[in-house]
Amino acid sequence: MRHSASLANKVFIQRDYSEGTTCKFQTKFPSELESRIERTLFEDTVKTLNNYYAEAEKIGGQSYLEGCLACATAYLIFLCMETRYEKVLKKIAKYIQEQNEKIYAPRGLLITDPIERGMRVIEISIYEDRGSSGSSSGSSSVSGSTAR
Amino acid sequence: MSAVMITRKVRKWEKLPGKNTFCCDGRVMMARQKGVFYLTLFLIIGTCSLFFAFECPYLAVHLSPAIPVFAALLFLFVMAMLLRTSFSDPGVLPRALPEEATFIEMEIEAANGNVPAGQRPPPRIRNVQINNQIVKLKYCYTCKIFRPPRASHCSICDNCVDRFDHHCPWVGNCVGKRNYRYFYLFTLSLSLLTIYIFTFDIVHVVMREYPVSHLCSQKEQTGFTVLEVLVCFFTLWSVVGLTGFHTYLISLNQTTNEDIKGSWSGKNRVQNPYSHKNIIKNCCEVLCGPTYPSAFVYVKLLIPAGLSSVALTASASFQHAVLCLQKTTAPLIPNEHTPDDAKPSIAASAEKSPSPKEELPPASKLPPLASPETDAETSIAKDKTH
Repeated sequence: MRHSASLANKVFIQRDYSEGTTCKFQTKFPSELESRIERTLFEDTVKTLNNYYAEAEKIGGQSYLEGCLACATAYLIFLCMETRYEKVLKKIAKYIQEQNEKIYAPRGLLITDPIERGMRVIEISIYEDRGSSGSSSGSSSVSGSTAR
Repeated sequence: MSAVMITRKVRKWEKLPGKNTFCCDGRVMMARQKGVFYLTLFLIIGTCSLFFAFECPYLAVHLSPAIPVFAALLFLFVMAMLLRTSFSDPGVLPRALPEEATFIEMEIEAANGNVPAGQRPPPRIRNVQINNQIVKLKYCYTCKIFRPPRASHCSICDNCVDRFDHHCPWVGNCVGKRNYRYFYLFTLSLSLLTIYIFTFDIVHVVMREYPVSHLCSQKEQTGFTVLEVLVCFFTLWSVVGLTGFHTYLISLNQTTNEDIKGSWSGKNRVQNPYSHKNIIKNCCEVLCGPTYPSAFVYVKLLIPAGLSSVALTASASFQHAVLCLQKTTAPLIPNEHTPDDAKPSIAASAEKSPSPKEELPPASKLPPLASPETDAETSIAKDKTH
């Protein structure tokens, strides 16, 4: 049987700047996702992502060591070594992929890695299963979503 | 089906609408005007070459061989920092794609309410609280985003840059979050190099005028020395001054942009919310902080090709369709567009999105779980696994 899914809408989770410019996303549950996913699952995803970013941007002994060592080698060491941030980004990419497969895709949602948007937003695409009959949620066009 | 990991570069930089030039497969990112940067290179390399050619042999013999060695190391460090500053992405923020731009517009309209005809709508500002201080985020009409705190739009490069410091023509690039420390180390090491060459030029001239060793031969030409002294003298004032200024900014955790605009000058009890109020901490954050990733020059690991058939559960075909749909949303993303073109494209995409006619592509094509605008290469690479 052939099914097709169409992109119905996109939700953008904004950055939370209350603690400064460190990368952190708001855990506020968007109204567009109310009928699609449980609040706790969504919040868990965002909180885990926030923890990953906090780990990447942590300024402590290891980051000083990395910085000083890199400076001493005129930053040439980064040609062969991966920075801590890059390592964490790979973990994040894997995590997002896992979440998409296990939780979001079965609900017709898709998370885009924030790095693709310059760490400004977490973009969640809402898909509508056109193959299933009588689906009306999110069937209106992009302009139909109500602003808060 | 065996799972095969495919690594490839996501060529975001090909679609960047700003005024940048890219080289080496996106690894080098600079502004368009590079004339002054070539002048910088010429001055540094030229002066150092003269120093190594004319002063160093004399000084190595009559004083110490460590002098040219140290000068060479310093020169290499200066060049590395200069190239790193010039070639790296300063922290450019990608522009909003049409859906995001529409989403933001709708939020703004909802916040403003109904504006009576003839009245100018209020300025697009979002207030956020950072460390108990209200910071206003301005809307960028070119990039169609609310700029994050400390970001600013560079009119020369036509990009919003995170933690924008200034656009430096001498390095041919903006100085922002990602390359500020390299810029600072460049000015610092260049100051040291200039002082070093200046000092040893003077020593050289003095030693020639007043030979102290019987090994010294008659006075030789010091024409090039004079040239070097002149270049170093004029460079000294500007570069050392600049280094001092940036040291001051770093200790306060401020950017040049904020300093010029007087954002945290203390008027209206406005304090810098980003400062740790501790010089050491501020310095450590700026110089030894994390190395932020570029939104453009980024290498990703794609999902294993065979994983989609393993991971999908009950509504397998629906999920497959969701995965496949990544490619079909590509037409919604403009490649190159001016701000004027963006408006009609937003309207067009809004009409387009509810009714795409694409159906499930054949099972052999498994696009990645990445964002829609990855290259066409992805699907070609994926095909190889089947």
